[in-house]
This record gives sequence, C-alpha cells and structure tokens, in this order.
Amino acid sequence: MCPSVIQVDVIIPTQTKYLDLIGSIGERIAKELDNFTGDREALAYQLNLVLTEATVNAIKHGNDNNPQDTVRISIHLFDQELNIKVYDHGQGFDLATVPVPDFEQPKESGMGIFLIRSLMDSVTYTRQEDCNVLEIIKYLK
Amino acid sequence: MNLNLEKISDISVVKINEERIDAHNSGELKEYLLQMIERGEKHIVVQLEHVRFIDSSGLGALLSGNKNIIAKSGKFALSNIQQQVMSMFELTRLNRVFEIYTDLNDAVKTET
Repeated sequence: MCPSVIQVDVIIPTQTKYLDLIGSIGERIAKELDNFTGDREALAYQLNLVLTEATVNAIKHGNDNNPQDTVRISIHLFDQELNIKVYDHGQGFDLATVPVPDFEQPKESGMGIFLIRSLMDSVTYTRQEDCNVLEIIKYLK
Repeated sequence: MNLNLEKISDISVVKINEERIDAHNSGELKEYLLQMIERGEKHIVVQLEHVRFIDSSGLGALLSGNKNIIAKSGKFALSNIQQQVMSMFELTRLNRVFEIYTDLNDAVKTET
C-alpha cells in the first residue's frame, strides 16, 4: 500500500475572516485519512482548532504596519506524521515563556498555545531568515 | 454575529445562530454580552445548540460575560453544548467555571 501523502500550502492576508477556511482544511484532511483508526470526529475538531489558533497567533504577531502582509500555512501529511508550519513576518515571541493558564482564575486570553500544546505532539517556534515559523507535529496512530 | 435574544421569565436567552465562534466574531459576542450587562440584565443563558466549533477567543468571550455579570451579582449559564465543543470546556477546565445545562428547559427550570 502507498503511504498517504498530502501537501497543502495556503497563503492568506492577515485577516481573521480566513480562519474558517484554514480550519476547514484541517477538518477535511482528518476526514479523508486512509489508515486512521482513532476518533476521527475528535481529530477533525482538533486540527480545525490547532490551525485556527496557530493562524490567529501569526496574524497577531504579524507585521501591523504592512496591510499587504500575509500568513503562509503549510500542511504536510506523510504516512503517520502530520506536520503543520505557520509562517509570520512579525517580531516573534519566545514560546518557552508562554505560561500555562491559571485554571483557578482563568483569563479571557492566552489559552491558544496551551490548546495547541495539549492536543499535538510537538510545538516549536523558530526564527528563519525573513520570518518566524510555528511548527506543529501530530503523530497519527 | 447572528444571534437571537429571547426573554423567558426574567432570564435573557441568547441563542447563537452560528456554527463557528472564533477570533473573527468572538469580539462581537463579547461586546454584545457586555452591553446586555451594562443595560442591567441580571440573568443570561447562552444557548450553544448550533455551535459546532469554538476557539480560545470564543471561550474568552463567554468567560468575560460570566465574570462581568457575577461582578454585578447576576447569573450566567450555558446550555445545549455539542460534544466536541464541550471537550474544549473540559480541556481548559472551564466546565468547572460555568453553570452548564443540557438543554434550555433544564436551564430555565433550575434557574427560575
């Protein structure tokens, strides 16, 4: 049997109206996976959420002064590894300093990275030549 | 954001007619709830029957409504949460913060 290979690359303006489109791509990929035996509905929601949160993050950290700024989202599925990369052109931030939310006194914001970390297997944020990359990996069993 | 406001006894029921609450429309929801509370509404139930997706900003908008009405000695509750949406409340432990009812009848019966 051939391993599943899906590669999707999307570039959007830094506007939240495109979140539905990006999230929906994740949801559709989860529903099309050939060899996935887990809870497909849960995975569809999780990919929708993770792509939404990661894209919001890139929009927020994007270059506010440039109306032409874009966010690139790259989704690569190879065999049992799903790799998501979200590229922004902003100042960047230090992923290591993002705190775990205070569950006793929850705040209205700051849960996005926590949700991504909780649902995925690996999350990194690195500076490349002219952009930052949030890389998210999920192993599909 | 597409929503309806209905009054049942002294409870204001906000029915969300969107499938998705995310960073694109959550600001509007937050503002709508804040304006209700500013107008003096003391008892709000948000019905989430049609909502099949919520992100962290959507949870934040509901949390803002909850906090602000409690600060004015009011009551805030959620009803008709779909299974996958409920899993977000569980993951963020917000199911321990909100009053949550299976359906609107339950919410109205218990809250009146």
